[in-house]
Amino acid sequence: MRLLWNRFRADRSAVFGAVVAGLLVLLAITAPLLTALEGQDTTSFHNDLVDSARGGVPLGGFGGISPQHWFGVEPQTGRDLFARIAEGAQVSLLVAICATLVEVLLGVAVGLLAGLSGKLVDALLSRVTDIAIAFPVTVFSLALLAIVPETFPRPLLVAVVIGVFGWGGTARITRAQALSLRTRDFVAAARLSGASGWRVARREILPGLAAPVITYGALLLPTNLIAEAGLSFLGVGVRPPTSSWGQMLSSATTWFRSDPVYVLLPAFMVFLTVLSFTLFGEGVRIALDPRSTRLSRKAA
Amino acid sequence: MLGYVVRRLLGAIAVMLAMSAVVYVLFYLMPANPAQLVCGPKTCTADRLAMVEHSLGLDEPLYVQYWHFLSGLVVGRDFSSGPSVLHCPAPCLGYSFQYTEPVLDKILEALPVSLSIVIGAALLWLTFGIGAGVLSALRRGRWLDHAVNVVVLGGFAVPAFITSLLLLMVFCVYLQWLPFPSYVPFDEDPLGWAQNLVLPWIVLALVQLPPYVRLSRSGVLETLTEDHIRTARAYGLTERRVIGRHALRGALSPLITVAAADIAAVLTASMLTETAFGLPGLGRLMVQSVNQIDLPMVVGMTLLIGFVIVLCNAIADVLYAVVDRRVRVA
Amino acid sequence: MSDVVSVRDLTIDFRTEGGTLRAVDGLSFQLGAGRALGIVGESGSGKSATALALLGLHRGTNATVDGHVEVLGTELNAATDEQVRRLRGSRIAMVFQDPLSALDPFFSVGDQIAEVYRAHTNASRRAARARAVQVLDRVGIAEAARRVDAFPHEFSGGMRQRALIAMALSCQPQVLVADEPTTALDVTVQAQILDLIHELRTETGMALLLVTHDLAVAAGNVDEVLVMQGGHAVERGPAESVLTEPSQGYTRDLVASIPRLDAPRDRPARESPAEPLMRVLDVHQHFRIGSRLTGAKLHAVDGVSLDVLRGEALGVVGESGSGKTTLARMMVRLLTPTSGQILFEGNEISAMPERRLRALRGDLQMVFQDPVSSLNPRRTIGDSIADPLRVRGESDEKVLRRKVQQLLEQVGLDPERFDRYPHEFSGGQRQRVGIARALVLRPKLLVCDEPVSALDVSTQAQVIRLLAQLRTEFDLTLVFVAHDLAVVRQVSDRVVVMRSGQVVESGETDELYGNPTHPYTKSLLAAVPVLDPELARQRRAERGKV
Repeated sequence: MRLLWNRFRADRSAVFGAVVAGLLVLLAITAPLLTALEGQDTTSFHNDLVDSARGGVPLGGFGGISPQHWFGVEPQTGRDLFARIAEGAQVSLLVAICATLVEVLLGVAVGLLAGLSGKLVDALLSRVTDIAIAFPVTVFSLALLAIVPETFPRPLLVAVVIGVFGWGGTARITRAQALSLRTRDFVAAARLSGASGWRVARREILPGLAAPVITYGALLLPTNLIAEAGLSFLGVGVRPPTSSWGQMLSSATTWFRSDPVYVLLPAFMVFLTVLSFTLFGEGVRIALDPRSTRLSRKAA
Repeated sequence: MLGYVVRRLLGAIAVMLAMSAVVYVLFYLMPANPAQLVCGPKTCTADRLAMVEHSLGLDEPLYVQYWHFLSGLVVGRDFSSGPSVLHCPAPCLGYSFQYTEPVLDKILEALPVSLSIVIGAALLWLTFGIGAGVLSALRRGRWLDHAVNVVVLGGFAVPAFITSLLLLMVFCVYLQWLPFPSYVPFDEDPLGWAQNLVLPWIVLALVQLPPYVRLSRSGVLETLTEDHIRTARAYGLTERRVIGRHALRGALSPLITVAAADIAAVLTASMLTETAFGLPGLGRLMVQSVNQIDLPMVVGMTLLIGFVIVLCNAIADVLYAVVDRRVRVA
Repeated sequence: MSDVVSVRDLTIDFRTEGGTLRAVDGLSFQLGAGRALGIVGESGSGKSATALALLGLHRGTNATVDGHVEVLGTELNAATDEQVRRLRGSRIAMVFQDPLSALDPFFSVGDQIAEVYRAHTNASRRAARARAVQVLDRVGIAEAARRVDAFPHEFSGGMRQRALIAMALSCQPQVLVADEPTTALDVTVQAQILDLIHELRTETGMALLLVTHDLAVAAGNVDEVLVMQGGHAVERGPAESVLTEPSQGYTRDLVASIPRLDAPRDRPARESPAEPLMRVLDVHQHFRIGSRLTGAKLHAVDGVSLDVLRGEALGVVGESGSGKTTLARMMVRLLTPTSGQILFEGNEISAMPERRLRALRGDLQMVFQDPVSSLNPRRTIGDSIADPLRVRGESDEKVLRRKVQQLLEQVGLDPERFDRYPHEFSGGQRQRVGIARALVLRPKLLVCDEPVSALDVSTQAQVIRLLAQLRTEFDLTLVFVAHDLAVVRQVSDRVVVMRSGQVVESGETDELYGNPTHPYTKSLLAAVPVLDPELARQRRAERGKV
């Protein structure tokens, strides 16, 4: 354990990623608090702060940044941008985390079952996994999200859809690891002591899965975040008035000439989040990387 | 070898069948009123609705409906109600009542645009991605390696549509080096075609690059530690042969499978790029269909894309078996 | 005659995560033209590092090579990359331990040999291919013209090694460096390969540097022996003197640890007649390779019947593919026989459902071969040993700890180290932990599947002694499965010889080893390398006549 921690600490980019990711999570959790601190909220229109003569461009430089509006205001509506960005953080991270959890849980369950069962069950589950991997997540999500009625809570739906279509990768690596562990002698030894299949799976196989699954999961998070942003950008993800960074970007496209801050802000937030989580994930991967012990019989 | 190919193809067909079943169930059975959705929630008229209901055979048992759906895929289908008949030639992916055209036709219209974008970008990201990865592995630790790492990380962290927006802003609005992308068909004006596509190509390539760089780099690094590379050196082969002939083969073969599995991601990313640039490709078609809730369009496209992915995976497996003969026994 | 290889004060350091590791420290030796030198040592002795240094293969790695290494007149440390490249493969060639990983899986064997040939001569493609066929034929690969296009994974282990030797031969080198060339091979194949190398040397006058852990292999194949330990040269001299009358303590201990076919054995007195503890009756194990319905059928065990008498040590010996491991696993019901019966204390266990079998599990235990994979790396050794008790329902941690510590002491380990992890122990120690785990349930039958094959010779001897000791202490019946005939002889009262899934011969140890009746047993015994160089020469001559 300590060795992993030391290795992780030595990796500067990983630590940077971890710190920034942590800050972002903090932002997401305390979003309502911070917004209240600012004295604003996500929905009130401030028409007085936008110049309706010029099509609704915010007054003041940089999109209307001021002590009352830390990130400025939205064009046309005058809604406080900081509040919307903070809420966007909450929504986007929540969706991404939920989706990742769904993918990991489903993937590990299927992969474990496939890897530890007999040939028939394995073949069947592998086929199912193949199908899951082959489904184009975004395309399918697009399609599904279009027909499900609006009454269903949207962010949850998005998370579930992304999760349910994305568990294939986790299942595959879980299965591979389970298959490899299954043939190890210590598993045989456990069976020899009379342990039931379930006990063997729990005590001997599951711990061995931790490393690859954590590594893979850490990198799934940013992918799911991008997926959600993409879907919201296309208009089928999180719907207004709930704000999401992807959604903000989609409305921002018309404004990049006159109010670049409106575009750059959510773009930067997405970039920062994905980058920090990716660096963190990479750091985890490198710290956990098993040393390849090629134990040839009599290595000199 | 033949046996392997046959097995793979059969497997692919099985997966496609399963996929079509899942798609059919999800889209035609779950919604409360599929006929309404198919007819078009906004543009439907009463007798059209009747025609739709009849042609969908909603009063028929489930498996018959599915059978019509499946057979339509192979031999075509006719949607009729009384005097008028709408013919949907094989392979019939569905009939869009909103566009009053077979789904396939609309897809074929939008296809050249999407293909132009994807193929152009693919050439870019494959050459640069693999090239950068291999070079950075060979020049490990030096500035090239670090520079490549940064680009890779950056490319990955910024989603396609954001990059598109940023590039648009910089190159079309501020610097005004390139025109606002709109599609010019190749046969009309090759230069214009290329000019308009440069930005989408760059955007898509940047997004797709990172995994290739990373995988080819780690592939080369790993292969270099393997025993048979040591043997090649031990027998006095030139470094160029050792790397070029022996190391690269082992390092790059896994990329074939990755490239195929990547098709899904490519299609997705290109859809987003198209939307950001406003190009009339499959991406825009899909988004429009979703917004209009044109069910046959949406279903047809989803199915087609799914099939393409499955097929590409199967082809990749076969290609891999060609390169690495040990796989054929499996 | 001049020296083809001259090494003075060779020092090799490896830069690792934990610091600098000195693999070789001030080593000096010479190899005369046409002569054969054996470098012998256990793992960590630095012998492989030395061999690699002779081809300059440490260049560009994280190893620093100091000292004077002269090969065929070229000083390697001072030479340019190009000079070294020209030497490699053409004047000095190397044969590696594992031919499957040493050969490139993406190219045919012929392609690889031809490529080497063309790298050092200006031969055309056709001429190079012809040469490839020629050398493949010379090393004894039948139908060389056809097999030249085969891929490495299509060859058997022995043939692959021949192919690698063919590659080494292709440019007619003056020195052949062989790094554990037969370690991964069956004993009969090993004898063939070593005979082949001997033949080739006689024909071409090649010098040989043979690196091996097996003193007996060295005995039969080299003129001079150099014993290494911890990077130093411990002893050096003509094979006869070093191996039969070693002067250094280390060498003496090494020689003494080697189980020998001709050494006297002491047998604990056994009460007879003993009744069978386990009876194996016409047991079969069939596997299907590939698809379930159409794959080829593999008869891993093809009709084996034997008895294991109470209190005895039964040795099961065979080469790879003989089915001995499959049989061992069936005996402890890790595998269910496809057909046949296994009776344990009169109970039929071969088809017993798992639930009922659980009660008997404690009586049937196994010690595994690989010390790396036999212990869960994420659990302390104390947990690994205590687990079987936990499964049985014991939950009192104090009781468990006491039992664990007791066992650790009995297997010769420090009882205070029960909370350490497997990677903190050496291979031999890990095997002891494995034995402790197997004994914690007080089994009646202990099946050992190659328990010492992955260990150094000196550690081997210790573990074998431990097993003998525990056998009496715990009143065990032992089944000892191994491929090493000498080891099996040392441990067993009775021996069973297996081949291709069937029992070929069985009998009392002395009887079987002294007067083998079956031709296969005879060929096995004839192939075992012996420590006496003179005897080795005689046996080679005999093998040549067959």
